[in-house]
Amino acid sequence: MAGLEDLYREIILDHYRSPRNRGELEVPPATMAEGFNPLCGDEIRVYLEVDDGVISDVRIGGQGCSISQSSASMMSTAVIGKSIDGARDVLRQFKEMMSIHEHGLDGDNGDPAGDATADQPGGSGLGDLEALRGVVKFPVRIKCATLGWNTFDQALTESSCE
Amino acid sequence: MSATLDVAAIKAEFPLLQREVNDHPIVYLDSGATSQKPQSVLDAMDRYYAEINANIHRGAYLIAERATTAVEKSRVALARFLGAPSAEEVVFTKNATEAINLVAHSWGRTNLVEGDVILLTALEHHANIVPWQQLATERGLDIRWIPVDGDGRLDLADLDVLLDDVKLLAVTAASNVTGTLPPVRHLADAAHAVGATVLVDASQWVPHLPTDVTAWDADFVAVTGHKMCGPTGIGALWGRLELLDAMPPFLGGGSMIQNVTFEGFTPADVPARFEAGTQPIAEIVGWDAAIDFLEGLGMEAVAAHERDLTAYALRTLTERFGDDLFIHGPSTVEERGGTLSLAYRNIHPHDLSQVLDQHGVCVRAGHHCAKPLMKVLGVNATARASLYLYNDEADVDALADAMADAGDFFAL
Repeated sequence: MAGLEDLYREIILDHYRSPRNRGELEVPPATMAEGFNPLCGDEIRVYLEVDDGVISDVRIGGQGCSISQSSASMMSTAVIGKSIDGARDVLRQFKEMMSIHEHGLDGDNGDPAGDATADQPGGSGLGDLEALRGVVKFPVRIKCATLGWNTFDQALTESSCE
Repeated sequence: MSATLDVAAIKAEFPLLQREVNDHPIVYLDSGATSQKPQSVLDAMDRYYAEINANIHRGAYLIAERATTAVEKSRVALARFLGAPSAEEVVFTKNATEAINLVAHSWGRTNLVEGDVILLTALEHHANIVPWQQLATERGLDIRWIPVDGDGRLDLADLDVLLDDVKLLAVTAASNVTGTLPPVRHLADAAHAVGATVLVDASQWVPHLPTDVTAWDADFVAVTGHKMCGPTGIGALWGRLELLDAMPPFLGGGSMIQNVTFEGFTPADVPARFEAGTQPIAEIVGWDAAIDFLEGLGMEAVAAHERDLTAYALRTLTERFGDDLFIHGPSTVEERGGTLSLAYRNIHPHDLSQVLDQHGVCVRAGHHCAKPLMKVLGVNATARASLYLYNDEADVDALADAMADAGDFFAL
């Protein structure tokens, strides 16, 4: 059985209690994208500033559950300072980690992700973000974890259109 | 233990309530989303498929006649359960949402013209909002809202002004978020006084309280089967016969015609006019068994039990959590049903329901398909515990214990 500690790792609770990079940026020069989780009503705003192809600042606004808030907070620390390509790379890796298609979903008391993958040493290079791997065991919460990332993706696309 | 219902015996009739979830006996507090089903409903549906499965109103052979009779028996039972004057006035639909859409498409398009006003309340479920917004966009109608105060009560101070030019009032009989029970008869009288038609969304009322559509003096009432111990995929529209008679078909197809030629078609009489295509026969049969189950308990007894249990829940949760807990909606059981939307400390409803699930306690977290109301309440989401006839004080205590655990877990 997947326990609460699989979902609510200490680092996740830390980002929830003390979210990093919360706030807004002036638009323009920054771009802003809004994301909604239509199932639960969570909403998030991602402000993005790009200088010379490098992500110089990210700010997070809106409200949501611990998973969506901490995931967005961790996302902001992971991408600030990275090139756009570098950020897209993290984004891709994170989305792969959140993809339930790679894991069986048999049985309603099951353990879809499997402990082997959950405890795998950080081979993916995601660092702290690995803590969010346990979310895959709670399929309903995957949309919470990816909300900030998808919104960031949207902001990246909008900023590169300008 | 309630004096009005033998809840232990009732629970024993629901197979799903015997199971465990996450190593705890299940505590099902999400009947506002869908109720569990008693064995008699499951058996009735199995028996239908095993013994009389055939399409209705078609074959002149024994099992087809039996299937037809079973469907019409269910229609009669539902009419009786709703206090409807005649079973002809009961149209089977997929759910309450489809029933409301039927009225919007058929009655609405026939009777509403540019500039007409539809009056809704801020308590409504999206099912009683979006069909009217669609129609308003298409026909150039205006939508007006009866406001809700901070306690989830309708603010009727300006009702006379709001009713000006109103052609349709569409109101819920019981809120799926705050449990509020609006004064339906009072609203219907006021609406009729200005010549408006009245639709009642009774999805959250019919499972819990005795229903009498004539006492409401409603014109249309939308109901659904799966929240009242019946299967999913079946609902109904009740409408006054003279209104239904004057309405064009909603969906076209088989069964809803008297005659079809190369040139056109003649629609059937009601209710067949609104029942195009093969109906969900097993679900209609299952709904009949659910009505039989509820009538066996008696809706007065069900209502009394839920009133007692709601009072117990309000008292227990308030005493135990004090200022850490805010329960949306009216604070007295006279004005509300057993739907409790909880704001507990600063714990997001998603996180709260996740911890409760670890204790086997099932509650719903989210906006409950009532986003305009959530805006009035000043929240994006709530955790909602909704009580039903098979819940007891032990279930409320389990909820409270699990909430205390969540409080410890998320201590900020």
